[in-house]
Amino acid sequence: MSSPTHPEPFVWRRMWVVARTDLKQLLKSKDYWMPMVALGMLFFVVLPTALLLTLTHVGSSTVAARISDTLSVLPPEARAAVRGASPGARTAYALAVYLFAPVAVVVPLTISTAVGAATIVGERERGTGEFLAHSPASTREIYMGKLIASVIPGYITTIVGFATYSIIVNLVVGPDVGGWFFPTREWWLMMLWIIPPFLLLTLSLVLRLSARVKSTAAAQQASGLITLPLIAIAYGQATGSLVGGSWVGGFWLGTIAWIVAAISLHRGVRSVTRARLLGVAQ
Amino acid sequence: MVDARRREAGDAAGVHGATPASGRWAGRRGQRLRIGADRPITASAMTDTTSTPPSATASRALVELAGIGHHFGSNEALRQLDLRVPEGRITVVLGPNGAGKTTAIRVITGALHPDRGLVRTFGLDPDTAGHLVRPRCGVVSAKPALYDRLSGRDNLDYAAELYRLRRDKDRRIDEAAERFGIGPALDQLVGGYSTGMKTRLALARSVLHDPELLLFDEPTSGLDPESSMAVLELIREMTTGGRTVVMCTHLLSEAEGLADHVVIMEGGTDLVAGTPGDLTHRFWPNPVVALDAEDNRLLDRMRAWPGVMGYRRDPSGARVEVDDLRRLPDLVAGLVADGVRLTRVEPHRPTLEDLYFAIRRQLSGDARSSGREAASALDPISVGPLPPTPTVAPVAAPFAAPVASGGGDRMPTIDVPDAPPPPITESVGAPPADDDEALRGGRP
Repeated sequence: MSSPTHPEPFVWRRMWVVARTDLKQLLKSKDYWMPMVALGMLFFVVLPTALLLTLTHVGSSTVAARISDTLSVLPPEARAAVRGASPGARTAYALAVYLFAPVAVVVPLTISTAVGAATIVGERERGTGEFLAHSPASTREIYMGKLIASVIPGYITTIVGFATYSIIVNLVVGPDVGGWFFPTREWWLMMLWIIPPFLLLTLSLVLRLSARVKSTAAAQQASGLITLPLIAIAYGQATGSLVGGSWVGGFWLGTIAWIVAAISLHRGVRSVTRARLLGVAQ
Repeated sequence: MVDARRREAGDAAGVHGATPASGRWAGRRGQRLRIGADRPITASAMTDTTSTPPSATASRALVELAGIGHHFGSNEALRQLDLRVPEGRITVVLGPNGAGKTTAIRVITGALHPDRGLVRTFGLDPDTAGHLVRPRCGVVSAKPALYDRLSGRDNLDYAAELYRLRRDKDRRIDEAAERFGIGPALDQLVGGYSTGMKTRLALARSVLHDPELLLFDEPTSGLDPESSMAVLELIREMTTGGRTVVMCTHLLSEAEGLADHVVIMEGGTDLVAGTPGDLTHRFWPNPVVALDAEDNRLLDRMRAWPGVMGYRRDPSGARVEVDDLRRLPDLVAGLVADGVRLTRVEPHRPTLEDLYFAIRRQLSGDARSSGREAASALDPISVGPLPPTPTVAPVAAPFAAPVASGGGDRMPTIDVPDAPPPPITESVGAPPADDDEALRGGRP
């Protein structure tokens, strides 16, 4: 007997509710978010502050000059953009703008991967997948909710870290290069246009893994294999877009990344099934 | 609200409450053991051994599974399962671990798509209309499936949001929490709850959206007896509003007194189904009386008495199958007249446990086939073959009634015609209230 098909509506509110509940659990787990904060602090505050303070306040100009020599590897456009009168100031400027770009990539990808890897398989391990499987929430709503809940911790950490980093850079290096200069146009592009699609692309793959594997540990192991190459690619591309000095190139890089991410997300929706939430998928 | 949803789903399915498979089902099942499903049954009906003819018009089935099969790898979880859940009743699905009960519940809500077979829940196919089915179901799984890192209130709030309760969400949450006795702990983290509290919270969550169909999968799993009783009492209360309940359990004591409709499963298939009273009558068509005496060998004389359809004696006494329970006073009088000092006379009320094990005994003894085929060929259960007549030495019975003439294997003082059954002896005392229905149940 054939059954009439009833199209399943997508309820945005349900998607937010799934995301909100995941985030609420995350916030209540200090053991989970403390390492995130520590990672953000390390990459956005501790390391830049220590390095930039050393460069701008170091007594020996020889050290700064040696480091300054490394700026020669930068393309002419990037070298031309470097500001500062002294070698130390120029080096600090170059490091602030170019060296720490990968940091902005590593932090969100690492944090979001850690959250995303546990999100679906975690439901299964805790038995709450049974509740979701019997609930009215569609698998698309669940998938998108989980995705948002995984993106937000990494991206929020990155945005907050980026703001903190901007203040530190301007306070430490600004006086030597003629005032506040950070963030540059290329950094805005990277933070708002290039990193998000890389983050989504990574998470679309991680969520697929999380839906398929049998344990959180296995999900984290496997997601490490996926995220490492993606971090490397994002690192290279982000650095290139900054160093290249052309924001148009960065724009197109971001556009392509968005398209790939959208395709990957679309395909990833199918990875979440009720059978997988129940842990009985074959 | 429930009615509105029902109409909405019915309209969407274009069936308006019809049960697409009911005709085929009723015809096929009528030849088997699915009998009397539409008769209102109360807990006391468990003691009712009255023969209730199957109703010609089956009550509306909220759930119908027909020929369901499902594999998990090489493991066959469901094998040709047929299940019919009458509306407004408590259907208890009994079966050992691995019988397929949990899988059946998952199929009902559409959480799992079976490999083959027909599923209709509220007349809808959960595979294609799961979003219309699931909002009308409330499920409590064997493991409460709660978020330990959230408070009880957060757990209920999550469910309320998923079920799109908006306006009176907070009121419903508070009411459900109070009803299930978890109000004071509602703002504590669920991780700190006891198992009993978690079960109560899961129950509260299952009714938050006022579902028409409640599906409980071993809800008392892991609970101590006191908590189990409390949970069962709550389940009983929840059904007073006419909700349909499916409860899976392997604990027969839980089903006793709770079930309106029983399905016994094993090996992924349904063995028998029907109301407890009708199933009991199916397997024990004649009333059974347990008797014991100071010297219970003297009871053997009854085996040839008129109206005694079966007799079995063991060290704990004799189980006597009679054609009519109204013979009991005459039997007792006859024994007393023979000088037998009775220590127990107890009309036996077959329980679900008796039924379950009787069916399993017959199945295990059936070498021809297994599972449902064997179940369909089940015979009425006899109290057993008559034991050989022992040599009974005369027993001194100082306090027994004077022995009437014609002792031995004949009932000496009571003149009982062979057929038809004798007129009711007016001297039968009024039974205790609890026994009333059981005794009346013996009326042919």
